[in-house]
Amino acid sequence: MAEGKIVKVSGPLVVAEQMSGARMNDVVRVGEKNLIGEIIELHGSLAYIQVYEETAGIGPAEPVVSLNQPLSVILGPGLIGSIYDGIQRPLNTLRDKFGDFITRGATAPRLDHNKKWRFIPKVKNGQNISAGDILAEVPESEVITHKILLPPHIKNGKVISVKPEGEYTIMETIAEVETANGNSGITMVQEWPVRMPRHFKNRLSPDKPLITGQRVIDTFFPLAKGGTACVPGPFGSGKTVVQHQIAKWADADVIVYIGCGERGNEMTDVLQEFPKLIDPHTGKPLMERTILIANTSNMPVAAREASIYTGITIAEYYRDMGYDVAVMADSTSRWAEALREMGGRLEEMPGEEGYPAYLGSRLAEFYERAGKVTCLGSGNREGSISIIGAVSPPGGDLSDPVVQATLRVVKVFWSLDDRLAYERHFPAINWLTSYSLYDTALSKYLEDEIGRKAVNEKNLAIKLLEEEDELKEIVRLVGLESLSANQQLILRTARSLREDFLHQNAFHKDDSYTSLKKQFSLLKIILHFHKEAKEALKKGADLDDIAKLLVLEEIAAAKYLSPDKLDKYDDLIEEISKQLSELLTNKGTEIPEKE
Amino acid sequence: MKKQYKSATDIQGPLVLVEVKEPIKYQELVEIESNGVMQHGNVLEVDGNKVLIQLFEGSSGINLGDAKFHFVGHGLQLGVSPNLLGRIFNGQGAPIDGAPPIVTDSYLDINGNPINPYARDYPSEFIQTGISTIDGLNTLVRGQKLPIFSGSGLPHNELAAQIAKQSKVLGDEEKFAVVFGAMGITFEESQFFIDSFQDSGALERSVLFLNLANDPAIERIATPRMTLTAAEYLAFEMDMHVLVILTDMTNYCEALREISSARKEVPGRRGYPGYLYTDLSSLYERAGRIKNKNGSITMFPILTMPEDDKTHPIPDLTGYITEGQIILSRSLHKKGIYPPVDVQPSLSRLRDKGIGEGKTREDHADLANQLFAAYARGLEARELTVILGEEALSEEDHLFFDFAEQFEHKFIHQGKGSNRSIEETLNIGWKLISMLPKPFLKRISDKYIEKYYRQSNK
Repeated sequence: MAEGKIVKVSGPLVVAEQMSGARMNDVVRVGEKNLIGEIIELHGSLAYIQVYEETAGIGPAEPVVSLNQPLSVILGPGLIGSIYDGIQRPLNTLRDKFGDFITRGATAPRLDHNKKWRFIPKVKNGQNISAGDILAEVPESEVITHKILLPPHIKNGKVISVKPEGEYTIMETIAEVETANGNSGITMVQEWPVRMPRHFKNRLSPDKPLITGQRVIDTFFPLAKGGTACVPGPFGSGKTVVQHQIAKWADADVIVYIGCGERGNEMTDVLQEFPKLIDPHTGKPLMERTILIANTSNMPVAAREASIYTGITIAEYYRDMGYDVAVMADSTSRWAEALREMGGRLEEMPGEEGYPAYLGSRLAEFYERAGKVTCLGSGNREGSISIIGAVSPPGGDLSDPVVQATLRVVKVFWSLDDRLAYERHFPAINWLTSYSLYDTALSKYLEDEIGRKAVNEKNLAIKLLEEEDELKEIVRLVGLESLSANQQLILRTARSLREDFLHQNAFHKDDSYTSLKKQFSLLKIILHFHKEAKEALKKGADLDDIAKLLVLEEIAAAKYLSPDKLDKYDDLIEEISKQLSELLTNKGTEIPEKE
Repeated sequence: MKKQYKSATDIQGPLVLVEVKEPIKYQELVEIESNGVMQHGNVLEVDGNKVLIQLFEGSSGINLGDAKFHFVGHGLQLGVSPNLLGRIFNGQGAPIDGAPPIVTDSYLDINGNPINPYARDYPSEFIQTGISTIDGLNTLVRGQKLPIFSGSGLPHNELAAQIAKQSKVLGDEEKFAVVFGAMGITFEESQFFIDSFQDSGALERSVLFLNLANDPAIERIATPRMTLTAAEYLAFEMDMHVLVILTDMTNYCEALREISSARKEVPGRRGYPGYLYTDLSSLYERAGRIKNKNGSITMFPILTMPEDDKTHPIPDLTGYITEGQIILSRSLHKKGIYPPVDVQPSLSRLRDKGIGEGKTREDHADLANQLFAAYARGLEARELTVILGEEALSEEDHLFFDFAEQFEHKFIHQGKGSNRSIEETLNIGWKLISMLPKPFLKRISDKYIEKYYRQSNK
C-alpha cells in the first residue's frame, strides 16, 4: 500500500510525493482529515490527486494513503429510494451522523448493513451457473424486485449451497459457489469500478419508445428505450422542469436522477414530491423506483466529475437485472466545467473555450453507456438504459463546445427556447429546430399501437407548424390581410396546435401526463377541425364565422379531460363536423366551387 | 505559534510568493506587517516550501525584504454573537461604526460548509413584497435566491430597498433581520441603503458589511462570505428570517478575475476564470431553509449587466444558479414606469409552490399564466405596428395591443413607495384580463372565469 506525503495543494488538486507503487485512478485518503481523492496523474514518485472534498486547511507534510482500488460503487439491495452524493455517500445517513451541513472526511456505509431483506433463492444446490445468472430475488421496494446476480468475475460455477428463503442482511453469505479457482462465498452486494462499463452479452437496436407523457416529446420527437437525448437551453427555459417531468412520468422501471452541479432545492423538490406522487404505470409512489445522486453546485467540484459515473454504473446494475432504466443527468455542462477546472489545475493545454481536448471523447464514452442490451446470464433478459442529458450553454448559445460535442453523439435533440418560455409556453421545446432520429425505428410501434394514420397525422401537424413560421414572416412584412383565407386558417390551426396540443401544464393534474392514446386523439381532433374547416371555406363559409364556433372552446379544453373519458373525443369529432355543416346550411349560400 | 517570515521572493499585483520552513495550510489566514501597517491575506496555493498569498489590500508599499508574514493557523473567520445586529463592519469584518468591537460567542469559518441537500426544506412560504410584478407574476418565497439583473442608471437600489422595507409573510410576526453586503458600490449608494433602513426602523435589525468603491478590490472576495456567515448564524442558530442583499455582484466577479489573471490561469469567457460558476454557487447556494430549523435565508443579489447584456458571463452564470431573476428594463424605465420590471424574461422558479389556495388565492397561478401569455401576444402585436402601423392590426390583435399598453401602465407601474396587497394585485390583474373576450383566456380554468371575470371589485 503506497503511503506518501503532500507537497502541494491548489484547490481540489493535491500533489503527493513518495507514492511509487500507487496505480492510476486508485482511491486515496488525503491528509489528517482523511479526505477522499483519486489519482489522476503519476510522475515518478509524485502522484497528482483530485480531491472530492474541500481542501482548505490541508497542507504539505500531511499523509496520503492509497487504498489500492479504483473508485467504485457498492451495488445491492437498498439503492432504490436513496440519495447519494457524487461518490455514493448516503446523504441521509450523513445528516443523521454529522448534522445539516456536509462536513469533511465524513463517511458512512453506502448501503444499510443491518437491514434484513426478504431473500427468495432461485437456484438449487448442484446447479451450474454462469456470470449474470439470477441467484435470488429480493423485493427491494413496492415495485422493484432486486435480482441477485452472479458477479461478472465468476465466469462459470456450480452452486454448492444456497440459503433457504428467509431474511438476511447484505453482509451475510447467501450462497457458496464452486469455481475454477476454488470456492467462493456470495453476498447480496457487488462492488464495481465506476469508470468501467459493466458487461453485457450484446447490444440491440432500440425499437420501443420511452413514453414520457409529454405531448411534444412523445408525438413529435420521441426517445427510444435505450436511446440518448439532450436538452440544451438558456437559463429559465425549463430544462429542469422537462427533466423532472420525464423522471416523474416516463414508463421506465428505474429512474436514476443525477443532480450534477445544480441547485440544492431542486433535489429537495424531488425528495419531497416523489414519495407523494403516484406512478401512473404502477400505482405506487414514484420514490419506489427512483435513485438520486445529488452533487449540488456548492459541493466539491471533483465529486461532481465522478457523479455521472456513479449514476450510470448504478443504472447499468439495474439494466443487468433486465430493467428499463432512464438516467437524467442535470447538467452535463457542470460536469464539463469540472473537467475544465481540473484540466486547468493540471496545466493541460486547453482546447475550445478552455475545455480540455478530451471533452468530446469523454462525453461520447458516457452516452455510449446507454443502449438496449441482452444481459449476461441465461434466459436472454433484455434491459436498457436511456440517457437524457441537460446542457446549459452560456447565454443559450448552441455553438458552445459542450452542446456541439453532445449533438455529435445523441440521437434526440430537444431544443429549449427562451422566447417560448417568456410566453410561458411550456415545455418550451422548439418544434422547428428539435429532432429525433428514432422516428423511423419507432414508426412501427406507433402503427401497431395507435393506427396506420398516426405517422401521417404527426407529419401533417409538423408541416402546418412549419408553414405557420413562413406565413408569419409574410404577416410581419405586409400584414394579415394579404393572406388568403386558407392561409389564415393555417395560422389558426397552427395556433391551436401550439396552445391546445403542444402547451402542457406540468402543474395540472390531468394535463401533466398524457397517455400516447390521448395524445393522438387530441391531435386528431385539431387536424379534423382543420380539414373540415378547409372544406367549409371551399364551400364559401366565412373564416370569421368559423373562428366563432363554440366547438373551438371544447377543443381548447380537450386536453384537460381526465384520462378515463377518452370516448368523449369521438363525440367531439362528431360535434366539429356537425357545427361546421350547420354553419354552411345556416348561411345557405353555397357558392359553386371554382376550379 | 508559527514563526514569522520575512522571506517574500516575488510580488505581482495582489499576489506575494513567500518561502517558508514549516508546512502551511491551504486557505490559511496571513497577517502581513509592512512599514508598521497591518493587513491580511490568505493562502492560495502551497507548493513545497513556496506559499502563494493573496493580499486583501493590495501590495503597494510592500518591500521584499521587510514585510513580515505571520501565518495564523486557521482560515478567515468571523466572530459572531447576537450583538452583530445593528452594527456596521468593513469588508473584512472589522467594525467601522465607531462603537467598540463586539464580544463574540464563537468564530466561524467564512467559507461555511455546503448544506446537505437532504437537510434542505423546500421553500414554499409566500412573501408579500407589495410589488405587483413580483407578487403577482414572479412570486418570492422564503428561502429563495432571486437576483435583480439591472443596468447602470436603473433604479435597482430603490427596488431592493423597497423590497427590504415592505417584505412580509402574511399573518406572521416572526424574528426578522436584514444582512447587507456591499461590494465596490459608492458611498452614496451605501448611504442610500443605510438611510432607507433607518427610515423603516430596520437598522437595529440589520448587519452591514461595507466594501466601498475606494476600498481594496481583493477584499471584495471576502465580503460576501462574511455577509453570508453572519446570515447563516442569525438564521440557523438564532432562528431569524434573514433577508440578504448583496450588491454589486459584478464588482465581486471582477475582483475574482483580477486574482485569476494575476495567477495566469487559463481564462474562460471574457477573461473570467473557468471556475466562476462554482465560485458563485458557493455563495448563492448558502440561501435556503433547513428542516426543523425556524430560520431562513432569502437572498437578493443585485448585479449590473455590462451593456444590459443578459448573456454576459456574470448574469448568465447567476441565472443558472439562482431560482429565477428579476430583470429591469431600460425602455420601461424611460417610459416612466416604476418599477421597470421586464416581465417576460423575469422568472421565479419557486412561484408555483408558494401560491394558490391557502397561500395567496386559488386563481393566482391561472391568472398569472394568462397575463404572461396575453402580454406576450400584445407585444407581438406592438412589434407589427412598428412596421405596418396600427391599422394593419386585425381586430383580435388590437385587443391584445391595447391590453399590453394598459398592463404596463396599471399593473407593472405602481409608483415609488406603493405597497399593494396580493388581493389588490390579483384584482388589478383580473380587471385588465377582462379587457379580453372569454375565448382567449385558455389558461384560466372555467370556475375562476365564472368567479372573477368582469366582476367589479370594490
